[in-house]
Amino acid sequence: MDSKIFLEKLIQTSGVSGHEDNLVNIVKEFFEPYADSITIDPLGNIIVLKKGRKSSGKIMLAAHLDEIGLMVKKIDENGYLHMTGIGGFDQRVLPCQEVTVHGSENLFGVIGMLPPHITGGKQEESIKLENLLIDVGYSKKELEELVSVGDIVTINRNMRSLKNNRITGKALDDRAGVASLYEGIKNLHSQIHDVDVYFVLTVQEEVGTRGAITSTYGVNPDVGLAVDVGFGKTPELNTHDTLILSKGPGILVGANAHPNVFKALKETAKKNHINYQIEVAAGPTGTDAWPMQITGSGVATGVLSIPLRYMHTSVETLDWRDIETTGQLLSHFVMYFNSKEMEDFLCY
Amino acid sequence: MLLKNLCELKGVAGNEKAVRDFIKKDLETAGKNTTIDRLGNLIVTNGVNSDIHIGITAHMDEVGLMVKGIDDSGLIRFTNVGGLDPRVLVSKVIEIGDEDIPGVIGAKPIHMQKSEERKKAFTIDQLYIDIGTESKEETEKYVSPGDYINFISPFEPFGNHKVKAKALDNRVGCFMVMELIKMNLPIEITGIFTVQEELGLRGSQVAANNLDADLILVLEGTTCGDLTEVEPHLQTTELGKGPAISLMDRTSIYQRSLVDKLTAVADYHKIPWQYRRNSFGGNDAGRFQHSKGGTPCLSVATPCRYIHSPVSVMDERDFEGMKKLLTLFIEDLSKGGVL
Repeated sequence: MDSKIFLEKLIQTSGVSGHEDNLVNIVKEFFEPYADSITIDPLGNIIVLKKGRKSSGKIMLAAHLDEIGLMVKKIDENGYLHMTGIGGFDQRVLPCQEVTVHGSENLFGVIGMLPPHITGGKQEESIKLENLLIDVGYSKKELEELVSVGDIVTINRNMRSLKNNRITGKALDDRAGVASLYEGIKNLHSQIHDVDVYFVLTVQEEVGTRGAITSTYGVNPDVGLAVDVGFGKTPELNTHDTLILSKGPGILVGANAHPNVFKALKETAKKNHINYQIEVAAGPTGTDAWPMQITGSGVATGVLSIPLRYMHTSVETLDWRDIETTGQLLSHFVMYFNSKEMEDFLCY
Repeated sequence: MLLKNLCELKGVAGNEKAVRDFIKKDLETAGKNTTIDRLGNLIVTNGVNSDIHIGITAHMDEVGLMVKGIDDSGLIRFTNVGGLDPRVLVSKVIEIGDEDIPGVIGAKPIHMQKSEERKKAFTIDQLYIDIGTESKEETEKYVSPGDYINFISPFEPFGNHKVKAKALDNRVGCFMVMELIKMNLPIEITGIFTVQEELGLRGSQVAANNLDADLILVLEGTTCGDLTEVEPHLQTTELGKGPAISLMDRTSIYQRSLVDKLTAVADYHKIPWQYRRNSFGGNDAGRFQHSKGGTPCLSVATPCRYIHSPVSVMDERDFEGMKKLLTLFIEDLSKGGVL
């Protein structure tokens, strides 16, 4: 099935950290034709297994399902909703967004903003999250049956195409990673690979890579890759902290990448003429690979980063070709273990 | 639906053509005579002759953005057209020019910010539009300096009789003028759809110079700041409390005896109404009232939250109340005795 349609469905469905349930059926529908089994662990991680010919090792490929979002914390006397953030939100991206309040039914709302006529031109300070209100067009009384404190709020944004295969939308962090895993499993469908491959779609990454903790424990892989997004190059960022859109995934180098995994990814990319970039992370990566690496007796981890501009806004922008390229690198990396014994690979 | 169609048209100040063409076609289909003056104002007559002649006016333009230039990286720099708070622009999808080239206004990832940065708003000079191109040359194929930039915001009914749309300020007024012209009320009416109101009441000056009327009704979607924690005196209007009638604003003081006649009509017919309780902001009345020898004006508006942003909100009941009040008031005018 078409990967772009899969991605569109994913990003237009809400799955805020801890509330990823809506995505399960979409993931199952698309992965099922290629999977030997699909299970869900107690935290909600979706684990798709594609068995290898020899089961000569276990590779875990992880991408996180969850997105940042908002939660209702108060319904005031005028029927406005006050909110708090789930995951890292810049309060400056919120004014004048259209939202869905996931109450007893889905309600349309807007995050309002006083006009310049009233603010009197004072525009230097950002509006604090605690001062922003959601307007759902009902009085407090009318809302009694509709909204409760704790209900999830998401920004409304459909996927749109820009020039040069670029696409924009919300939650591309990290549904883009999920789509590249899907590209990977489709590529492997026509291949015979020796190792077992676990495509793991993790929950609660945005609140501290929590899904990766339990799912890695359950899978107990030899090698694990996190596929996440990396900072796309824009003028306000230091060039050396960024990746260029359309030039392929960043292969992460640093303590979170096992040297052999880093080397194998790079060599596999070179050998198969797959575009890649090097991403430097001296310390914590903030990806699922960070807890994955120190699970159980330890995992040989690596990270692939899909270049993404405007991360954690509702207009995240990436180049579709980078998702395809990442999918190719993933499947070739799996095939690499047909000619490499896992034990040898893991030796320092 | 007429209001939906009007709101979804592109009409940034100085670029009102799409709105003008739409209104002109609709009114000509209804058999009305239209003319366009040198500035682009659209003038329509209802074809009735009477002793009293009234003007009803609304501005067609809305606030928006314009392309200023293109960086070497292909990203687009822009400026505002009309009074726009840059804080409403961040993390939005927009469309550029006649070809509706989609683009996004992004923001620096939160991960790369210091916490101090988050307290300061982005200035318009820090923001840029990304259409997916990779170089200046490539962007130039699609976009030129001077292109108008439009918000994307579909007309959306929600909540209890609420509607969200862009440009309710002032397609609400345009709608009212169109309806009142088409109603065949027994009084001579000239409808004036003005340009460039948001840039300082530019179109209305020229329209006023060419109009002889006994009374002019200036119709608007106006400021409504009825948010929790906004001081009551700054709220200006409240949603759901009926059309707002002006006593005074930054550009006009309305003749009190006429205001009282209008509110008396509302009271008599039990139509809820409210004063516009703020003297901030002005409108085309500032020109019509003071042009030539002077013409009395009244200003009536539907309260709209979050105007001058892509997501303004009104209550349909205020809108319906405004239409009813204006119709009844004009009927009263036609019987004489008011003026």
